[in-house]
Formats: sequence, structure tokens, C-alpha cells
Amino acid sequence: MPAGADTVEIRDSDRPGVAVVVPKGDIDMSCSPQLRDALRRVQDKRPERIVVDLASVRYMDSSGLATLVEAMKNAKQHQTRLVLCAMNDKVLAIFEIARLHQYFVISDSLDQAYEA
Amino acid sequence: MSEPAHITVHLHGDPKYLAGVREMVASVARRLGFDELSCSQLALAVDEALCNVIRHGYQGQDERPIWIRIWPEPLESLKSDAPPGIRVVIEDEAAQVDPAAMQGRELDDVRPGGLGVHIIREVMDEAIYEKRSGGVGMSLTLIKRGNVTPTVGAQGPTQGPKGNASCGNDPA
Repeated sequence: MPAGADTVEIRDSDRPGVAVVVPKGDIDMSCSPQLRDALRRVQDKRPERIVVDLASVRYMDSSGLATLVEAMKNAKQHQTRLVLCAMNDKVLAIFEIARLHQYFVISDSLDQAYEA
Repeated sequence: MSEPAHITVHLHGDPKYLAGVREMVASVARRLGFDELSCSQLALAVDEALCNVIRHGYQGQDERPIWIRIWPEPLESLKSDAPPGIRVVIEDEAAQVDPAAMQGRELDDVRPGGLGVHIIREVMDEAIYEKRSGGVGMSLTLIKRGNVTPTVGAQGPTQGPKGNASCGNDPA
């Protein structure tokens, strides 16, 4: 993986039943499949809560939105709480354009996402 | 448009080039006088248009060609104090579809996919789909007009009717 490349990390939280997915960089058509794979791996473990920490995401297009919508539908199917957090204004804007900001649970910070 | 394009880019329909195109388009718009919000919106619209060509037109065949041509809009805006404007034309060799069918879907139906055209129409002043002559390929003309540059001492740039979102890369 070249330096500065877009990546997705999966972190175990110190809180039981919580998994944290941390995408970094630009979530566009070239890297949204990585995010989809990471979310599926986490969802296969059936955690109680999945937090997607978007603090390090600079940009997202509709392929990223589609990936998160799919994850949200899967989460609802398995009674998993899916929370997005720490997105910057530019990323939040695309949720608003697509009117998806009301569909997701969105928290300002990672700490708040544990409780949302 | 009879005036030759001021910028022409020929790229493969490969998603790994999307980031580079976004940066190029935003940078050009910035130099034409657009505010940062509009630069971001333009980059987003071009990104979504390319994604649609790659995903639906070429069905992931990543060596098929896409052409991007850019002009100031109108051309006189380069040489006057008029608000900036930009015209971006994106062409491909994909199978032709009815331009009237290129509409955003109903947003109340929350499901993955199908948001690209809605986003393009939301952030651009004009988005015109046409069949290319010769029976092969589609053409999308995107036009964005900027705001009047504020005079010295005035408050920051005002937001136009499409100035409610910002989704591109930050400047270096």
C-alpha cells in the first residue's frame, strides 16, 4: 500500500460488544469496496454496536454513501446499532444533499458515538 | 461549442484516477475565480459523472476512454469583471441511452446506489445529457456559474442558490 493511500482500519473497542471501523482518506469508487469489505467483516461478528469513525475521511462520494446505506440495512436486519461519527462539514454536506442525514445516527465525536 | 476547449483530458475509465481528476477540476475552477465551496461542488459533480460512466456505461471495463473538456463560461468571463463560470463536457463511448431517462431517483426510497444524477443536478446550475453524434457514446455538459466577487472590505463571498454544500478536496 503506497504511503498516504486510502485505507480502512478495524479497531476493537475497550467497550464490550463495540467495534470501530475507521476509514481514512477519500471514500470514492476506488476505495469504497475496501470499506464495504471491512463493514461486512465486522458485521459477521454480530457486535451490539458498530461505530464508523469518519474523522479521517476528507471526501466521500455517492459510492461511499451507498456502502454505508447497505451497512445500515444489514445492521437493522441483525439488530446492530450503527453510528457514524466525527464527519467533517464536507462529508456531512453530501449526506444532506442525498437527504440521508436523517436516516443515520450521526454523532459529533467518537465518545458520543458510544452512547448514541 | 466552436471554440476549442481550453483544457482536454483523455483518461481511462479507471476509478483510481478519480482523485486526480477531482483535484484538477477544483484547481482550475479556483483559478477561474470560484469560491472554495463551488470548486468542491464542481469536483463532486465531475466525480459522480465519471462514476456513472465507469459503473453503468462501461460496466467496470477500466480501459475504456473518457474525455473531459473544459471552457470558461462564458468565454468573455476570462477578460472581464463578470462572475466566473465554467463549462465541463464529459464524453464516452458507452451505449447510448435516452437522455430523458437521466433523472435522479426518489430519495424517500432509501437504498444503496442511484444517487449520482441527483447529486449532479443538485450542485450544478445546468446538467445536460445528450447522445453523441455517430451513434455511439453519451455527452454530459455541466455548467456552473459563480458569484460576484465581493469588493475589498465587504463580507465574505455570498452563497448562490447552489451554495449549500461542499464536498471536494481541500486545497493543498
